[in-house]
Amino acid sequence: MRLLELNRVCVSYTPGKNAVNNVSAAIGENTITAIMGPSGCGKSTLLRAINRMHELYPNVETTGEILLKGKNVLRMNPMEVRRRAGMVFQRPNPFPTMSIYENVLAGYKLNGIRLGKNEREEIVETSLRNVALWDEVKDTMNKKGSFLSGGQQQRLCIARALALKPELLLMDEPTSALDPISTNRIEELLLELKEQFTIVIVTHNMAQAARISDYSMFMYLGDLVEYDTTKQMFTKPGDKRTEEYLSGVFG
Amino acid sequence: MGYGVSKLRFRNWKNKAFYIFVCVMSGITMFPLFFIIWELIKKGYKQFNYSFFTEVAPTSMDAMLAKMSDSVIPGGVLNGITGSLLILGMAIVFAIPVGILAGIYLSEKKESRFAGIIRFLTDLVQGIPSIVVGIIAYAWVVKPMHGYSALAGSVALAIMMLPLVIRSTEETLNMLPVSLKEAGLALGASYTNVILKILLPSAFGGLFTGILLAVSRIMGETAPLMLTALGAAAVNWDWSKPTSSLPLLIWEFYNDPNLIDLIWSSSLLLLLLILTLNLIAKQVANKWKIQ
Amino acid sequence: MKDKIFKSLLFFAAALILILTAGIVYSLVIRSTDAFARFGFWQFVTSPEWDPRPESEHYGALSFIVGTLMTSVLALFFCIPFSFPVALFTGEYFKGKKVASLVGSVVNLLAGIPSIVYGLWGFYTLRPIIISLGLNEQGFGVLTASLVLAIMIIPYASSLTSEFLSMVPNDLKEGAYSLGATRLEVISRVSFPAAASGILASYILALGRALGETMAVTMLIGNTNNIPSSLIDTGNTMASVIANQFGEASGLKLSSLIAIGLLLFLITAVINSIAKLAMKRIKS
Repeated sequence: MRLLELNRVCVSYTPGKNAVNNVSAAIGENTITAIMGPSGCGKSTLLRAINRMHELYPNVETTGEILLKGKNVLRMNPMEVRRRAGMVFQRPNPFPTMSIYENVLAGYKLNGIRLGKNEREEIVETSLRNVALWDEVKDTMNKKGSFLSGGQQQRLCIARALALKPELLLMDEPTSALDPISTNRIEELLLELKEQFTIVIVTHNMAQAARISDYSMFMYLGDLVEYDTTKQMFTKPGDKRTEEYLSGVFG
Repeated sequence: MGYGVSKLRFRNWKNKAFYIFVCVMSGITMFPLFFIIWELIKKGYKQFNYSFFTEVAPTSMDAMLAKMSDSVIPGGVLNGITGSLLILGMAIVFAIPVGILAGIYLSEKKESRFAGIIRFLTDLVQGIPSIVVGIIAYAWVVKPMHGYSALAGSVALAIMMLPLVIRSTEETLNMLPVSLKEAGLALGASYTNVILKILLPSAFGGLFTGILLAVSRIMGETAPLMLTALGAAAVNWDWSKPTSSLPLLIWEFYNDPNLIDLIWSSSLLLLLLILTLNLIAKQVANKWKIQ
Repeated sequence: MKDKIFKSLLFFAAALILILTAGIVYSLVIRSTDAFARFGFWQFVTSPEWDPRPESEHYGALSFIVGTLMTSVLALFFCIPFSFPVALFTGEYFKGKKVASLVGSVVNLLAGIPSIVYGLWGFYTLRPIIISLGLNEQGFGVLTASLVLAIMIIPYASSLTSEFLSMVPNDLKEGAYSLGATRLEVISRVSFPAAASGILASYILALGRALGETMAVTMLIGNTNNIPSSLIDTGNTMASVIANQFGEASGLKLSSLIAIGLLLFLITAVINSIAKLAMKRIKS
């Protein structure tokens, strides 16, 4: 059984017009899968459908199956889905009223889960070590998260998602608002995190996909055009549109 | 060329003259504020003593005797201060929870038609003249209870406060980035928790500023209280009894030739309280500015 | 479950505004029916007579409607030469500078001064000036009231006008500058026309403010139940007659005063709605 399976997934914001059209794919554990494609191709919508964040928009309709460990997330309680599939966004968004420490634990606090002191300390330390932020912030744990640099903030947001020990980590262009050095650090981080977590990342940076992902999806106008190992796709794309996109004919 | 230097010079002159006009008139417009404050201080500081804050308003008789013997008018405005506290306190309790909840509703339902109507009505209520609000509270509370009361006064003030709280809540929440809400939901938090534990705390500064400004706006209201709380000579903490307030006391003093000297000190106090609230509100707004 | 309760709580809080407004209109209408039934709506609105003597009891609102319109429009007129320069100062000449926010804040604080304090100031400072100018023996009247009213509405007019002026796109102004226009010409030919409808809406809103002002006007207008014959004559506004006579009123007189309250509510509601709708259209 694969960790995540998509079966004929369709998402529409306006009736009769699919933003994501009949997408089927399966994703295995401890891999990084990149979803690429020009803007408006439906890649963000597909990602958000996995933890049902797309339902925040009005009049969304979703059909098909999205199976997380064999259970259809579209039939689950959305809050449970989101706890099990963590998400990191384009812009770092630490909670401005919470300290770094509280930010890491925000998921527990917001879900009303009480933890003992030792447990809390342990979760904070592991999560921050996971994102290589521990050494940088361990002495300023009570400062507000918004005092950190952009790259640090984004790592904090990843730590916040990891703290809930998700089965899947969804990332929506997590480096697009960052400088190249911070981007680099996060990419290195993702390669390390792969050992413990499964990552699906949306990016419109092809080089990034090539650098970090094991598998790549190419989406165009809502369709999943191609899904293969990254190596295969970047060397021998199976579809003309993929080839054109990768060679910069459009994008 | 038909375009003379003199014409250019005239245009420049006009431009400069207008600039000076704008600056001078703007300066003049700032005058009344300082003029009014100065006048109140000049005429009112003499009454600012310990008993001004600890004693109730004097009777007309006491004031007359004091004036005849050329001494300072005895008594103070304690019944006004406590009355204002009681009436404002109740108004705050009525208006703030409803105002914040309705404000959240409006910011959450930006596109809905019903929210549009509510938004329009909120503006409408905000525009209702205070004296008309007084009539309403009279009809809703004074009449059924067969008597003037602090409650009636606070209902009037709550009606005036409500739209201010709603709109400031809505505007503050609208300034928060959507990503904040998304981040909360993506962690699996319930809608309720996202709003109560993330959005409201993040908007705290704006909400608090809005509330302070709303309180400062209704603090000096006199007309609606004349029709509802009426006034009282003693300190009153009973919500069902007629109660005084600072502005009501000023009105009383103004209408009594023996007490008229007290209008300055009580107006000064009222104005200082209002300006202080305004300044605090500004400080809070600056400190809690949304990043 | 919890979310459902919370969501319905939000909805009820919002719906409460609807109920509140409906209740306000309902109460005003119900309690003024006596007066309208007795005199007829048009009679009531068009009769200038206000006679509380039991043998010839008759009430009409015209004097107060005229008094209200005279004071408010005059106040609006007086406030323009002050509020407009302030708006230009804060929204154009010194836009975004510290001095602009200082001037803006000071002028906005004018809105914080309670009506009754304005009344006192008008009574003790302005009235003697009016008397010494020989305009009026007692110093009360439409003119005195509207001068104070003008100061009171300056902040409302200037802050909104300034907002609309500062919304004029820079490209437009730069276009005019590049053709050699002076700043005044840019303001009068570009900024002002571009912001004109917004500015008009701001002043309509300020007018709405002036219509309902009570205490200061009550203390300065003279409180006589007649149509003011001139700007220096005394009179009453709709708000001031209610403030003055509500306490002792009962029966038909009370109903007539509430009827005036209803009329005042309707007038301000119409004026404010026009301004708000215009602003909404401009902003979107």
